[in-house]
Amino acid sequence: MTVGTPEPEAGPVQVRGTVLTVRRVDAYYAMTVVAPGIAARFKPGQFVTLAVGGPSTSMLLRRSFSVHDVRPDHGGTVEFVFAADGPGTRWLAERRSRDVVDITGPLGRPFPVPRDPVTCLLVGGGYGSAPLFSLSARLRERRCTVDFLLGASTGEKVFGALTARRTGRTATITTEDGSLGARGIVTDMMGQIIHEARTDAIYACGPMPMLRQVTLLARRYDIPVQVAVEELMACGVGVCMTCVLPVVGTDGITRMVRSCVDGPVFRGEQVRWDDVGTIPFDAFGAPGWEPRSRRAAGLSGAPAAAGPHGGNQANGH
Amino acid sequence: MATDLRARLGQAELPNPILTASGCAGSGRELAQFFDVSKIGAVVTKSVMLAARAGRPTPRMAETPSGMLNSIGLQGPGIDAFLQRDLPWLLSRGARAVVSIAGGTVDEYAELATRLSDSAGVTAIEVNISCPNVEDRGQVFACDAGAAAAVVDAVRGRARYDIPVFAKLSPDVTDIVAIARACVAAGADGLSLINTLLGMTIDMDTMRPVLAGVTGGLSGPAIRPVAVRCIWQVREALPDVPIIGMGGVRTGQDALELILAGATLVSVGTAIFHDPSACMRIVRELEEELARRGVERLPDVVGLAHEPSSNSRRRLTGNVS
Repeated sequence: MTVGTPEPEAGPVQVRGTVLTVRRVDAYYAMTVVAPGIAARFKPGQFVTLAVGGPSTSMLLRRSFSVHDVRPDHGGTVEFVFAADGPGTRWLAERRSRDVVDITGPLGRPFPVPRDPVTCLLVGGGYGSAPLFSLSARLRERRCTVDFLLGASTGEKVFGALTARRTGRTATITTEDGSLGARGIVTDMMGQIIHEARTDAIYACGPMPMLRQVTLLARRYDIPVQVAVEELMACGVGVCMTCVLPVVGTDGITRMVRSCVDGPVFRGEQVRWDDVGTIPFDAFGAPGWEPRSRRAAGLSGAPAAAGPHGGNQANGH
Repeated sequence: MATDLRARLGQAELPNPILTASGCAGSGRELAQFFDVSKIGAVVTKSVMLAARAGRPTPRMAETPSGMLNSIGLQGPGIDAFLQRDLPWLLSRGARAVVSIAGGTVDEYAELATRLSDSAGVTAIEVNISCPNVEDRGQVFACDAGAAAAVVDAVRGRARYDIPVFAKLSPDVTDIVAIARACVAAGADGLSLINTLLGMTIDMDTMRPVLAGVTGGLSGPAIRPVAVRCIWQVREALPDVPIIGMGGVRTGQDALELILAGATLVSVGTAIFHDPSACMRIVRELEEELARRGVERLPDVVGLAHEPSSNSRRRLTGNVS
């Protein structure tokens, strides 16, 4: 069944997986695929990519989804959650049991888990909370205490509220319209929970503005925070260079790193949230970093030095 | 009967004519998780520049019908890191390395050619001339025969004699044959056809350009007919010049189409994003396509579409769909 030959060090595999179920979960869909090689290698926080539209599809880019759960049945299954909000995800939602899909994984850096039995707050926005439940199971195996804080715009877009209530010590829900839990956004409740739960570590997954706010609050309370980012990806395996964001390395240097292979999990304070979507002037290789020959020629700062880009032509000319 | 897929690139003999396309395979390391990179013809690296480069802001990519737009901005670590880390890795895996180079000035290209010639193991240099010339108001080298020739001349002059130099041409020109002739006259050993086409798309929610870089390079099956046309025209004008064909190849049949138009080798690009194992699948499919047509050796079909049809019917026995 395996298409790709995995390297001995257990990297990702590309397989033709058989769809077990596609079911509606609140405002979302959950698809379960039989993919033993992926299930066996999976660690919480990692993701899978799927080709959509069939063999002669006009949609060339694989869709990436963080893994919600893996189970040992049928040799190993992988479940992920998605919103059917585009032609690719609608195609996925129309799959039925026994259909075959091209699925690759597990991809990306997983959530690091603490060595000691500490108290963890897991924060999720929308269906971004999907990867938090396998993480929660992993943390509880390590005798950590887990509190959940989940939010969305409206009640049916909160993913996994029931599971959170069942498996977490506490589960706090926020919705912007007040249809479920407290009215507001997750960060409105975070301070209070941190105080009451005596949180030692924070994990978060959801939209970028939420991750930015969660990181700011975590820093205020001086609590380590791990975030799983959602960036637009074309390949998911590290070759296309489209999913980059500015991240400060341990050496203090900002680099444009790929969220697919260097992430999707980062320490929150490493991400330069205010600069996401830009190339910070001090980033490694930014236009300020001109080659010596060009500096010597006195062309530094010339408009044309804006530089070539991947495709083809000078932009703006 | 199995078809002999072996192909030549300069002095090197390749096991088959399927390469990766520059910018779609990094330096091979990531794809090695999915297939043995020594089993394809060669890995064409992402364009390397003299200095490290952060590239363009995001969004850098947009999906389009049967294609995609990209505006990466040649993000990369620069030639030093490439020679220290990426090239030795490729060689250690037994892969053949075709190194794509990019620069903002003729001197930068020349310097890159020197650096590559000083290191062992470079099978060929592919010169990405679809870059703005910082010394000429950002005019793209590939769009001007004189500028394209100046780069090729400088690279050929500095590259070691046994490293073939291929110029990668842009289809965004009025007369691609004129650019091809200029590059060959300047010493190019071969041509790579084609680079992406310049495109653009607008987000219907924000009603603004999707890409941060506004415009981007269009690739994928959507551009394959343009690639076939460019390869055909250049092969017609310069029948003895080796061509690496690329542009929307997704299957073995697509690769054969470019070969029939005149490509001696074929690079696979955007299809890799769709299917990380695409290169090896295409090698298998190409072999099947050729065997099905009773072709014994790959060179027998290179440029075959240019021959009168009675002749090709004689050669193409078997079930032609």
